[in-house]
Amino acid sequence: MSDGRRPSTGTASDSAGGPGTDGGDGDDVLLSVRGLKTHYEERSLFGGDPVRAVDGVSFDVREGETLGLVGESGCGKTTLGRTLVRLEEATDGDVVVDDTDVTSLAGDDLKRWRRDAQIVFQDPESSLNDRLTVGEIVREPLDVHDWKTPEARRQRVRDLLERVGLREEHYYRYPHQFSGGQRQRVGIARALAVEPDFVVLDEPVSALDVSVQAQILNLLMDLQEDLGLTYLFIAHDLSVVRHICDRVAVMYLGKIMEFGPTERLFTEPQNPYTRSLLSAVPTPDPTVERDRTVLRGTPPSPRDPPDGCVFSTRCPAKIRPDGFEELSEGDWEAIEVFREVLRERSRTDPSLSERARELLGFETRLPDIDEAADELFADRSFSSDVRQPIRRSIEAANDGDEDRASEIVAVTLGSVCDRERPSLLATDQADGARSSRCHRHREEHADPDAVDRRGPRP
Amino acid sequence: MFHTEHERIHAVDGVSFGIWRGETVGLVGESGSGKSVTARSILGLVESPGEIDPRSSIRFGGEDITEYSESEYESIRGDGIAMIFQDPLSTLNPVYTVGNQIKEALSLHQGLRGAAATERAIELLEEVGIPDAARRVTEYPHQFSGGMRQRAVIAMALACAPEVLICDEPTTALDVTIQAQIIDLLLDLQAERDLSILFITHDMGVIAEVADRVNVMYAGEIVESAPVEPLFADPKHPYTRGLLRSIPGTQTSGDRLETIEGEVPTPNEPASSCRFAPRCPKAFEECSQIAPVPTAVGDDPDHDAACLLYPGDASTDEAVARHEADGDGGEQ
Repeated sequence: MSDGRRPSTGTASDSAGGPGTDGGDGDDVLLSVRGLKTHYEERSLFGGDPVRAVDGVSFDVREGETLGLVGESGCGKTTLGRTLVRLEEATDGDVVVDDTDVTSLAGDDLKRWRRDAQIVFQDPESSLNDRLTVGEIVREPLDVHDWKTPEARRQRVRDLLERVGLREEHYYRYPHQFSGGQRQRVGIARALAVEPDFVVLDEPVSALDVSVQAQILNLLMDLQEDLGLTYLFIAHDLSVVRHICDRVAVMYLGKIMEFGPTERLFTEPQNPYTRSLLSAVPTPDPTVERDRTVLRGTPPSPRDPPDGCVFSTRCPAKIRPDGFEELSEGDWEAIEVFREVLRERSRTDPSLSERARELLGFETRLPDIDEAADELFADRSFSSDVRQPIRRSIEAANDGDEDRASEIVAVTLGSVCDRERPSLLATDQADGARSSRCHRHREEHADPDAVDRRGPRP
Repeated sequence: MFHTEHERIHAVDGVSFGIWRGETVGLVGESGSGKSVTARSILGLVESPGEIDPRSSIRFGGEDITEYSESEYESIRGDGIAMIFQDPLSTLNPVYTVGNQIKEALSLHQGLRGAAATERAIELLEEVGIPDAARRVTEYPHQFSGGMRQRAVIAMALACAPEVLICDEPTTALDVTIQAQIIDLLLDLQAERDLSILFITHDMGVIAEVADRVNVMYAGEIVESAPVEPLFADPKHPYTRGLLRSIPGTQTSGDRLETIEGEVPTPNEPASSCRFAPRCPKAFEECSQIAPVPTAVGDDPDHDAACLLYPGDASTDEAVARHEADGDGGEQ
């Protein structure tokens, strides 16, 4: 990958030229992702919605950098990494390298991409074949790609073992004879065997103890410097990402929420999700006063993402509809939890026995929602413009129509966050283009302190 | 002090600590350090070929529970001491509803049955922050998210109204935003019920947040013990220092991280030397000859380290002599 580096700027969906697109500051782009989508079960036997694991993602990876990809489990970060190295098939969008879209490669071209792009997996226990010796494991990619002569391959494996901090005599040992850290070194040696340019590191240290983790991180940084590697570093541990990455993309429910240079993103996060995520990380310092935003609930299902902003169901800085600005935090919280209850109810899949009962004409209704509503609203005194829609919604839910119940609350008490997908907006042009996906960045809603002010529950 | 042997592996070797009512004691260390075996020993869950050395004692409510028979143990498990494990999915039975499992605990420990038990199960789920509990109580574990499952497990533990809650890596399998919720919940419940918590984790960040006192374990032994603030502000044992320095984020990003070279040894014989000595940057000759005993590091009587460098105001020779004398008269 030495010539024709700048890819054509594709005009893919959702924020073409979005986050991390080269701002023209001279860094060479190695790989350019445009509007990438990876959905599972698109055409499943029973119909239904696909799992939108990666749902319209665009960014550039610059040559020689370490790009961090962070987010909670289920946000699509691993699927994205696997799609880039063609372990998963993209549903839509392009991954452009040297003017070629690697998502549509086949045959020899695909094989070449699979040599240039490698992956190191999270779990060193399950990613190595226990029946092969370490030497055979590291040699396998060389055999597959028919690298030089057998003698040269053996020598290469010995060099690689030494390079990653193992010893030559480890060649004939089996993986079970190694500790977790040593096994991860074997995984790294295997990935580097065929001299890739680009390596996806999928949670490479999260299964390791902290003192061993530090050894592996040091090794990865040394290898990058010596071999000129480009890393996509996938992790959920934010302190590791801060230590090793040049730029970071924060993902939530298949979308990039914020993108920017690491230090600035960590010190001045712009997106409410990034802020909440950072504030949830425990610091190894008991004297730090914690003024943390504890997010309620869990991320929604990627099968059924919210209509508006994907983070709207948990966002502490959610915009309120006109006329309701004065409602207390506790009141809003109760309303949001009520909406969550409705969503949960409409998502519940009936079990087989429930389906059978339904077919036979038995009643299969969920228990009334009154009890849940009582628990939430008992000691709240709402004005009638809040009370009315909630009452109608409770009635609809008790009639078994959760979707209509949700709809009633959304129409009367929802805001732009519930209705419109925010796009990734460039929030800072200087210093390598930051961007964030939030309605708060629009002038009419700008209230930068919203998250800080609301903070923890009253 | 516990002393468990598994094929002569001293998984926990001469460990002593106490927990006061309403207090959270942290047990922190890397994998294989003996944290979980310590917890299991307290609940009498160490199974053959493991055994608790008869010279050990675990006192709870004035009695030595290591001498309890299985049926006597039954009476304190749950009611006196309850435990929460790392993986909620393996704690919950997949073929029973969450409500049934809480009701089972209620009927065993509180004698509640039928509608009264269902009602109490719903209350417990509400208490641990599960919305729409009346419906949730009829659902199966697979219908719960990871965080909700851990809440349900906590509800089960609370069903027995325990005095001591042992939490073995309760947030390790969870995302950070969910971890924050669970930690908040545990601390709230502790304040409400005056619970004593033994919190086991490998995460120094979590321990800094929850614990009042911290015990650092290495290869089956407690190498340092102190109230949480001095432990993090001024760690004394070379292992604790190394552990804290190897956490990314405590030093400038992009620099090489400090590491502890080598690997954790398997404690397969009684300690006759410092088990950390082969990896210790400060080791000297005597470290490989004398087993250090917990010693006050300075003026603070609550801050101990098992290291020949201490007490800090004594000369090395004096300190070594003291450890040698204490070791002979003491545990081993």
